[in-house]
Amino acid sequence: MNNIDFLQNAEISLLNDKLRNSLKNTTNRFRSARAGAVSEVENWQSLRDTARNIKKETISELDNYLLQLEQSVRDAGGEVHWARDAEEAAYIITKLASVNGVKTVVKSKSMATEEIELNKAFERSGIRSIETDLGEYVLQLSEDKPSHIIAPAIHKTKDEISELFSVKFGIPRHDEPEILTAIARNKLRNEFLQSDMGVSGVNFAVAETGTIVIVENEGNARMSTTVPKIHVALMGIEKIIPKFEHLSVFLSLLARSATGQKSSTYVSFISGPRRENEIDGPEQFHLVLLDNGRTNILASEETRESLYCIRCGACLNICPVYRQVGGHTYGWVYSGPIGAVITPQLLGIEKAHQLPYASSLCGACKDVCPVKIDFPKVLLELRKNIKENSTLQHDIHERIEGFSFRVWKYIMKHPSLYRLLNRIAYYVQKPLSGKGYLSRLPYPLSAWTEDRDFPVIARKQFREIWREKKEDHE
Amino acid sequence: MNSANIFISCLVDNFFPEVGVSMVNVLEKLGIGIKFNNEQTCCGQPAFNTGYQSDARDVAKKLLDTYRDSDDPIVCPSGSCTAMIKVFYRDLFKNDPEYRKIADEVASNIYEFTDFLVNKLQVVDVGAEYRGKVTYHSSCHLLRELRLEKEPRKLIDSVKGIEFVEMDMHDACCGFGGTFSIKMPHISKSMLEEKMKCTIESGAETLVSTDMGCLMNINGYISRNNLKIKTMHIAQLLDSKK
Repeated sequence: MNNIDFLQNAEISLLNDKLRNSLKNTTNRFRSARAGAVSEVENWQSLRDTARNIKKETISELDNYLLQLEQSVRDAGGEVHWARDAEEAAYIITKLASVNGVKTVVKSKSMATEEIELNKAFERSGIRSIETDLGEYVLQLSEDKPSHIIAPAIHKTKDEISELFSVKFGIPRHDEPEILTAIARNKLRNEFLQSDMGVSGVNFAVAETGTIVIVENEGNARMSTTVPKIHVALMGIEKIIPKFEHLSVFLSLLARSATGQKSSTYVSFISGPRRENEIDGPEQFHLVLLDNGRTNILASEETRESLYCIRCGACLNICPVYRQVGGHTYGWVYSGPIGAVITPQLLGIEKAHQLPYASSLCGACKDVCPVKIDFPKVLLELRKNIKENSTLQHDIHERIEGFSFRVWKYIMKHPSLYRLLNRIAYYVQKPLSGKGYLSRLPYPLSAWTEDRDFPVIARKQFREIWREKKEDHE
Repeated sequence: MNSANIFISCLVDNFFPEVGVSMVNVLEKLGIGIKFNNEQTCCGQPAFNTGYQSDARDVAKKLLDTYRDSDDPIVCPSGSCTAMIKVFYRDLFKNDPEYRKIADEVASNIYEFTDFLVNKLQVVDVGAEYRGKVTYHSSCHLLRELRLEKEPRKLIDSVKGIEFVEMDMHDACCGFGGTFSIKMPHISKSMLEEKMKCTIESGAETLVSTDMGCLMNINGYISRNNLKIKTMHIAQLLDSKK
């Protein structure tokens, strides 16, 4: 994978007015729904604290809890597979499909499967895989990628979907969302019935019981995990929680933070495959545990809290940067503040060194985060790591910037020099400052003056005014 | 309380000294004797936010040395600089026990201007008068690092003659973000455009805020686009007489 060029991607997104309109509309809707749902819960703040503490404890003992989970899943009759990276996870899952003679796979929405590019892997193995979440289905038909954790097709307009269905299915254009949904539902119903394997993600995995929990609103995940004879669930290793009772905390936080619902429409609790005497459920249940860079995050005490994330998407909806540029700009599976934080850590900081700068550090994300991830703190830590990474500092801009800050430091440590330079700068800018502001400045401030004016240096510094005032009094 | 030290942020010192003067006027009117230490320069935030923590630390140490022996409270006309000292110095000096201790002492003694008035002095009416329709932009650091939400509003509400209107998304970032505004200027500009749209739609003639970082960004847009909106630092509003 090439390095992510966030800035270049942003240039394209910023020109797309349709995209920016749908981003604003959808994130506004999510935000107000969330705010309403949160205000109904009296102890919301303490619920967040509880969740954070559980996550903190779990992540610090992750190895033990994973072993416990492995045992509980096996006790429930399931199989557990460990995948070091994306390639290994894709290999495990496609192998499971091919040894079982699977021809068609139905998939429910899962960001982890995006991480390992599972659909491509199935395609290479000659296996059909169908996305069954409505948004993901639209994206698969249009050979596109998700741009939001919970609203994957947020960047698509109704018009585009209506056109897509008309072209793909050879039907007249329909503009009513209900009809478009019914068309997709009808197509997908047949896929469920034909499929031999269902692949899902995991919202939570309970270590003590071996139960995986999946939340959704369309029922497609319930279908994908119950109709086919094999169910494969893929989870990032951080999705684990120790006890079943902890779900009362996390399910409440997740639904409210994500969509502003009290509870998702469907919450499935799956403990192993169908047992004897049970009439439905799959014959085989496989849980694939995915590392793919997560243990690197675990190793860094400063940024470890990035693993507390429960993928609700609230930080995307509140982020003023995401709001302007959308998810694809972030160049990989995860976007918004959580993407800016985990993508550089999962892929390696060299590949995504612009992302930690894709934030004004306004902190709106940390206030909505259900597990209180301190995003500004983690972003600042990653920025520090970038500046200390010598391979990233060869670029001419980086060198100029590093040099400028060394000069800046020297000036700020010497108040008389600071004062002198202020006077020199004042007289240098004076001929240009007739309007009371500066409209054109050299690099790097040219980036500022491209779209806005820059203030002029005042005739007298505050300290000068202060000195005169004191002298007057004496 | 009869005396206070002030920390004049580098933006105010170099570009907007009138804001510092207004802050001093308001405090002196309340009977506070003001001290200003010439050794002060910058809190170190520009370097810290960009990732140059060691450079930031050196500048921060200079600031801490300037104020370490201050018995008087320190007042600063910026939520952002105050947050740097009160909140982020903790991280900056986590591996330096000596300066971490000094940072904690200074942090407990420094106040953002509106915090100082409302919570330390328990004053909301400073006797200011201003005619006009005013709206307020919440600076991110003031709101989400220092948790000062009501304080500026109480002060604004107490200004005689004022008509206050809340703008939509008053708590959304204006797009400044320090070096963010020159590292990602086009995204920053889009954020600023949205902020200005909300300001215009509020119908206010005057936009008030607590931070010259935000206001320098906003002013840059106003003058470039010839908008008829006036901006004021809250110290200037509180220093107004009709």
